Amino acid sequence: MNAVEVDQVSKRYLLGEDQPGRSLREAITSSLGDLVGNRRRRTRDEIWSLRDVTLTVGEGEAVGVIGRNGAGKSTLLKILSRITEPTSGVSRTRGRVTSLLEVGTGFHPELTGRENVYLNGVILGMTRRDIDRRFDEMVTFAGVERFIDTPVKRYSSGMYLRLAFSVAAHLEPDIMVVDEVLAVGDAEFQARCLGRMETAEREGRTVVFVSHNLDAISRLCSRAIWIEQGKIAAEGATNEVVESYLSGQVDRAVAGASITDPHGSVVLHEVRIIDPSGSPFSFIDRAERFSVETRFSILHPVPGLGVGIYINTRKGVEVVNEGWFDTERQRPSDPGQYVARLDFPPVLNSGEYIVGVWMGTMYETFIDVPTALAFRLAGDTDDRPKRAVVLGLPWTVTRIDSRSDGNVVSPDSEEP
Amino acid sequence: MRPSTHASEWIENSPDRTHRPDFGELWRHRELATFLALRDIKVRYKQAVFGVAWAVLQPLAGVVVFTVVFGRLVNVPSDGIPYPLFALIGVAAWSYTSNGVARAAESLVSNSALVTKVYFPRLLAPVASILPGLLDLLFSLLAIGVFLAIYQVRPTWAIVTLPLWLLMMIVSVLGIGLWLGTLNVSYRDIGQAIALLIQMWFFITPVAYPSSIVPPAWRAFYFVNPMAGMVEGFRWALAGTPGPGAYVLISLSSMALLIVSGIALFQRGERRFADVI
Repeated sequence: MNAVEVDQVSKRYLLGEDQPGRSLREAITSSLGDLVGNRRRRTRDEIWSLRDVTLTVGEGEAVGVIGRNGAGKSTLLKILSRITEPTSGVSRTRGRVTSLLEVGTGFHPELTGRENVYLNGVILGMTRRDIDRRFDEMVTFAGVERFIDTPVKRYSSGMYLRLAFSVAAHLEPDIMVVDEVLAVGDAEFQARCLGRMETAEREGRTVVFVSHNLDAISRLCSRAIWIEQGKIAAEGATNEVVESYLSGQVDRAVAGASITDPHGSVVLHEVRIIDPSGSPFSFIDRAERFSVETRFSILHPVPGLGVGIYINTRKGVEVVNEGWFDTERQRPSDPGQYVARLDFPPVLNSGEYIVGVWMGTMYETFIDVPTALAFRLAGDTDDRPKRAVVLGLPWTVTRIDSRSDGNVVSPDSEEP
Repeated sequence: MRPSTHASEWIENSPDRTHRPDFGELWRHRELATFLALRDIKVRYKQAVFGVAWAVLQPLAGVVVFTVVFGRLVNVPSDGIPYPLFALIGVAAWSYTSNGVARAAESLVSNSALVTKVYFPRLLAPVASILPGLLDLLFSLLAIGVFLAIYQVRPTWAIVTLPLWLLMMIVSVLGIGLWLGTLNVSYRDIGQAIALLIQMWFFITPVAYPSSIVPPAWRAFYFVNPMAGMVEGFRWALAGTPGPGAYVLISLSSMALLIVSGIALFQRGERRFADVI
């Protein structure tokens, strides 16, 4: 039994002359101009936000939708929610649909928390009776009992979010369509959001979830869909789709062609990750060693050429930045083809990383590709997801009060 | 409440859907209209300097100005009743009309966050926007009652028709509001023109003067303005003035035309609201 069916849906937005919000005066003069025969170039630039998208979601399934910004994910959700119409194709849903495209839709700063809960609840589709019934639950969940009768403009942003989310969390839709609500709020809030969605899934509701948070998607959704430039690039089991997505996050320039620097002195051919035996892979366990291999050519002698590899987490924290300059033993300032390899012990925590490559001298950058390659280190984060490195450093624990034998408590064996 | 998908039917979203308004759906979402209206009322009164008293003070201030300017200075006739009473009735009706139309015209744009993020039958936005004015109108009616007592003007049997006139005023305001509201989404300068439009419209509506001073040759044309018939009828019902007579049929036709075309235009434009706002 399907809950959602999308059949060859396309959505086109027009750019150019027909811009929204233009004035009536302009509209009239341009129509008059047409009548007079003004050979005005009808610049109808169009952008296809979605192109022939077809997918289904079964009843009770949780499906994740991933993709880059601007790929068309939000447009798809808007079409599912009937907020906008497709240009062609049909989208069908079965059952009550609630869309969480934004938390706190309709909240008005002058109204109290209580008034806003009712307003927001009705906006999201609850009846007044439903809200009466669940009002106390919602307020308790948000933890704002003391402030419920104060105007919302006095709330801290945290309270605001918690209250707004609380209303949404107590909806009882058949189909939940959620867009990136995890992007706002602190870690606790995000954890609650996710928890609520897991509960919804257990209750048998259908969930369609758009997020950039691939961990959340992996946890919650059994199936995933990757949308790239308005089309479905991959669909299937979440792990596989996330994998393809990450491997696909390669900067076009390096993936296809080589990059030459503006002076024409060096050419960057390829960056890849290889296992200790030299074979490439993009799916590595965090407990394994790996290397980053850079292939480049030098066309003209470059004194003091250096190569740098830097690695950022998905959230933009730079965890590694290693550079090498030819002031050391080898002097590859001679023209030729080279391979530079940087070996990594298993120190990075699991998660997604983006590799950047830099080539230049002490004084000048020749080539810099911040998103040359993406890879994922699989493995358990051991309940410590925020740490960047897993070093297994030695502990020394000594007892310092008086004891007859004065023994030293031996340190733990190396434990990541 | 467990999900009940097996009981439901498919709801479709495609470019072929006919755009007749789904009255069943509108009725199911009626609470939203009242909540939106309540929201506007609450926000207005929380921000107003004199609070609820403003609802009465405003029309009374209008009456004072009109009586001085039109009643004394210009010496406009007032259909047999004291000018202040004449003016109050006109001001009450006009207040509702001008505010209602202005609000309805803005209703989609000012609720753009809702339009782009939540599904609801969009027709509810302008409908909700003309509801708060009814509260002010109610207060004005109380004031009118007081004035009737003060001037010892006895309402005739015609007062029974008062609800009908109110209904017709509401429908007219909605019709015009739908037109302006739909246009405003695509052409944002309409909002600026509205203030001017309303001002001019005021002068061709019998608010400060009776329609009896309009030359008979022009009268039929005059009553094409639906508010002409409504205001005269409203005054007739409350204070026994001559009223619009048969000319009301012209106003009624205008009203019918406006509301039907307004809904049609709105429903056609609705598909693009979320994209264009």
